[in-house]
Amino acid sequence: MSTTYYTEEHEWLRVEGDVATVGITNHAQEQLGDLVFVDLPAPGNSVEQGDDVVVVESVKAASDVYAPASGEILEVNESLGGDASLVNSGAEGDGWLYKMKLSKPAELDQLMDKAAYDASIA
Amino acid sequence: MGAFAGYSMPLFYPLGVMKEHLHTRESAGLFDISHMLHVELQGPEAAQLIERLCPYSASSQELGSSRYTFFLTEDAGIVDDLIITRLGQNRFLVVANAGCAEKDVIHMQSVANGFDAGVTVLPRGFVALQGPSAEAVLEDCGLLVSDLPFMSGMEPKTGWFVSRSGYTGEDGFEIAMPESDCDAFARKLLGDERVELIGLGARDSLRLEAGLSLYGQDLDDTISPHEAGLIWAVPKPLRIGGAYIGSNVLAQKIDTGRSRMRVGLSPEGKMPVRAGAELQNEAGEVIGTVTSGGFGPTLERGVALGLVTVSAADEPTFADVRGKKIPMQRMKLPFVPHNYKR
Repeated sequence: MSTTYYTEEHEWLRVEGDVATVGITNHAQEQLGDLVFVDLPAPGNSVEQGDDVVVVESVKAASDVYAPASGEILEVNESLGGDASLVNSGAEGDGWLYKMKLSKPAELDQLMDKAAYDASIA
Repeated sequence: MGAFAGYSMPLFYPLGVMKEHLHTRESAGLFDISHMLHVELQGPEAAQLIERLCPYSASSQELGSSRYTFFLTEDAGIVDDLIITRLGQNRFLVVANAGCAEKDVIHMQSVANGFDAGVTVLPRGFVALQGPSAEAVLEDCGLLVSDLPFMSGMEPKTGWFVSRSGYTGEDGFEIAMPESDCDAFARKLLGDERVELIGLGARDSLRLEAGLSLYGQDLDDTISPHEAGLIWAVPKPLRIGGAYIGSNVLAQKIDTGRSRMRVGLSPEGKMPVRAGAELQNEAGEVIGTVTSGGFGPTLERGVALGLVTVSAADEPTFADVRGKKIPMQRMKLPFVPHNYKR
């Protein structure tokens, strides 16, 4: 059983226990356009909520992706190294960015559910 | 949408940057470039005025021919780069960058005070149709352009101007018209299935692959044409002096040799290297900066223009991106061969 949270910075987290899978929303990838490179963090790194941990590069520009919660990076999506456009085709699925172990699960309370996020971009 | 020269313009249309870019190289892309500056210089001394403003011989310019040139500062820095077409014996059309429009007009007006020539800003719609199908599309729309050679222009009807030129490295045309005609003309072109609308993102990746400089990034008033790799646009006799502003300093700079030069670079791996990235040698010493950089969809790799110290230009070069040292391969410019119809 998992719960998905959303942030104002257009990230999503799918949380199972104390592990979260993190990505950018479909809305975000539409705004960014065709991605050509994703600069991912090193597993083992500890991050604080709000740190810039990932850089997504479109043809035109580089954009920071912030950590939606604090914790330790467990794993990154290695498929993106070969094909960054997975984020365009499956932002909220195969195009996930990394998995993290949450150190402050209470931070999730500040985040939005899908209905609130959809309303925020409407 | 993105901000450009004070205008809010689409970075990409529904096709997306990648497909827009490839479509332009394969078929035809339509660009709204109405923000660009159009100025007519006319009068008995219009050619002499241009010879004061720009390093080329306007008096011997053939009717209908277009010329890539620049305005220079007294120190031979580039005020703006532009294209001037001779429309008549005493009539020239200047097409210049939107971001420089204000200072360009002031500059032309102040220099024109010493000449029997007028400076008239033309409010116009302006589009570019670029790509191998551009000629056929325009012919089908009733604009007879097949006999127009590359880098020349004509006026097909009152208030209209068509030149065979562009900013993509492809064959193509730039078409100016009265603002009231522009919407209908653009819709007519878009009605052709060979044509797609292209945003600023692909405009940038296309010109970058074609090795073409962007004013404000690759060129500014601290960079001379010599350093920018644009000395080809200055006729040889004018490299040792001339009537134009900046001639003495440019001649001196050519004589003493440049300290910086334009290079084409491509990063190893997939990470794009962007404008502003520092360029270093193997020892980590700064040897220059990236002035434009991004991903080249046709090449399927990163491309960058750099301005580097001449003495270090042939050494192994690295770009600093977020603290990572990215090896940069020196590339010949243009990255993608030009496909002009000469």
